[in-house]
Amino acid sequence: MNKEQVPQDQENLNEGKLAKLYYATDEQGHYVKVNSIGWEPETVAMQQAWDVVHGEVQEALRKIRAGSASPLLYYIKKNIMTPSLVASYAGTFGFLVKLHCRPFFFRRLRRKTLEKYAYTFRITVDELIDAERLKQYDQ
Amino acid sequence: MINNFTHKQSAHCESGVVSNLLRFHGMDFDEPMVFGIGSGLFFSYLPFIRINGIPAVGYRIWPGQIFKRFSKRIGIKIETRKFSKPSTAMDELDRKLDQGQPTGMLTSVFYLNYLPAAYRFHFNAHNIIVFGKQNGHYLVSDPVMEYTTEISYEDLMRARFAKGMPEPSGRMYYPVKLPGEYAVEKAIWKGISQTSDHMTRIPMPLVGAKGMKYLASRLRQWPQRLGNRKAILWLGNVIRMQEEIGTGGAGFRFIHAAFLEQAGIKLNNDRLLTLSKDLTKSGDELRDFAYYAGRVCKNRKSDTKSFTELGDLLEACSNREQRIFTELYEVSKSQ
Repeated sequence: MNKEQVPQDQENLNEGKLAKLYYATDEQGHYVKVNSIGWEPETVAMQQAWDVVHGEVQEALRKIRAGSASPLLYYIKKNIMTPSLVASYAGTFGFLVKLHCRPFFFRRLRRKTLEKYAYTFRITVDELIDAERLKQYDQ
Repeated sequence: MINNFTHKQSAHCESGVVSNLLRFHGMDFDEPMVFGIGSGLFFSYLPFIRINGIPAVGYRIWPGQIFKRFSKRIGIKIETRKFSKPSTAMDELDRKLDQGQPTGMLTSVFYLNYLPAAYRFHFNAHNIIVFGKQNGHYLVSDPVMEYTTEISYEDLMRARFAKGMPEPSGRMYYPVKLPGEYAVEKAIWKGISQTSDHMTRIPMPLVGAKGMKYLASRLRQWPQRLGNRKAILWLGNVIRMQEEIGTGGAGFRFIHAAFLEQAGIKLNNDRLLTLSKDLTKSGDELRDFAYYAGRVCKNRKSDTKSFTELGDLLEACSNREQRIFTELYEVSKSQ
C-alpha cells in the first residue's frame, strides 16, 4: 500500500479520538508510518456488529414492556454481555442469571444479589429495579 | 510520575508495548522488529471456537506469544504477576510506579473509556503501559493511541479484572533483567524461520496459508448454508478480525513486510527485500478482499456470486502467501 492510499474516510466511528497507525510504502518502496482517520470497510463491519447489539437491546425493551422480561435482561444486552459472563462478574451461575431475567424471579431477589448485579453494570440498585423507566424508552 | 518515558504510537498493541517498554530501558527496537522477531504473523480459522456464535478468525498468533518469543530470543527476563484480589493488584502497581518502573498490563477494552465507544467490545487481551499517577489518575501509554492518556483508578481496576475469555486477572509485567549483549541477527533469523514454518508447514488444514484456503472454500458456501442474514454477519466478522483494535490481517502483513525490509537492510540480504515487496502485495490483496467484503456487507445482499468471488480473492492470497513463506523458510534455513 502506498502512503497516498492510506484510507482517510471522514465517515467513521472514531469520534476524532483515534487515528490508527499504518505501515505504508513511500515513493522508493520503503516502509513509513502513516496515520489513518478511518476506513470504510472497517466502519461498515463495526457498525454491523453494533446494529446486532442495538437490535437485541430493542428486543429486550419490547419484552420488558410486554412484562415477559426483567430489567436485568436489558442491562445484560446493553453491556454486550451474556448470562454466563454476568454470572462470573456477580459470582453466581449462568442459569440463575437466566432465571433472574424473568420478572417472577427478579421480584424475589435479595438486596445483596441486586447489589452484585448493580455493581456489575455500574448503576445503583434503584436504577436496576426501575422497570417503569425502561418502559418509557421509545422504540 | 516517570519523566523519561517516551510514548510512540504503534499499529499493534502487543508489539507496541514491548517496543515502548524496552525503549525506556535503553534498548531501541522498532515495532516491526519486535513483531517479526516475536513471530507475530499467523492465520487461523477455528470454526469450533465460537465467539457470540461466530467462528473465530485470527490473522496473528494468539495474545501473549509475541512477547514471550521476543524476550526469549533476545534474552530479556520478564517478571509477570497475576493477582486474585483487585486491591492488591492496584497496590502492587502503585509500588512499581514509586520505584520508577513503567508497567505493562493486560486489560479489557470495554473499560478503557479513552477509546472511541465503537471499539469498546469485551476484548480482554489489550496491552497497555501505565507509567505514572497524577491526581489519582493513572497515566497510560496505549500503543494504538497517538498520545498518552489517563484513566481513573476504578476504570483501570475493572479493566484489569474483566471476566470472560481470556481473563486478565490483573496480569502485569516488567523486565527485570536485560541482556548485556545479544545476537539480533540470530534472533531475526529465528523469527523469520518460525513464522514461515507456522505459515506453511503445520500439517493441519485450519492454520497458516492452508487455513486461508480452507476459509475461502467454506466462505463460498455461506449463503446457501446460513442464509442471507447470518452469512453477512459472519463475513463482517472476518473483516472485523482483520481490522479490529491493533489492526489486523492486512495490517499485520504490512508490519511483517516492514520487518522483512528492516531485516534485509540490517543483514544485507536482497532476497528478504524482494520478499518484503511480495508480502506487501499480499497485504494489498487482503485489503481488496476486505474492501469488497465491506461492500457486500453494506448492501446486505449475499448473492452466491459475490461470495464465490470473495472466496477466489482469499484463495489467491493463500496461494501467494504459501509461496512467499515457503521461500522465506528456505532462505532462513540456508543461513
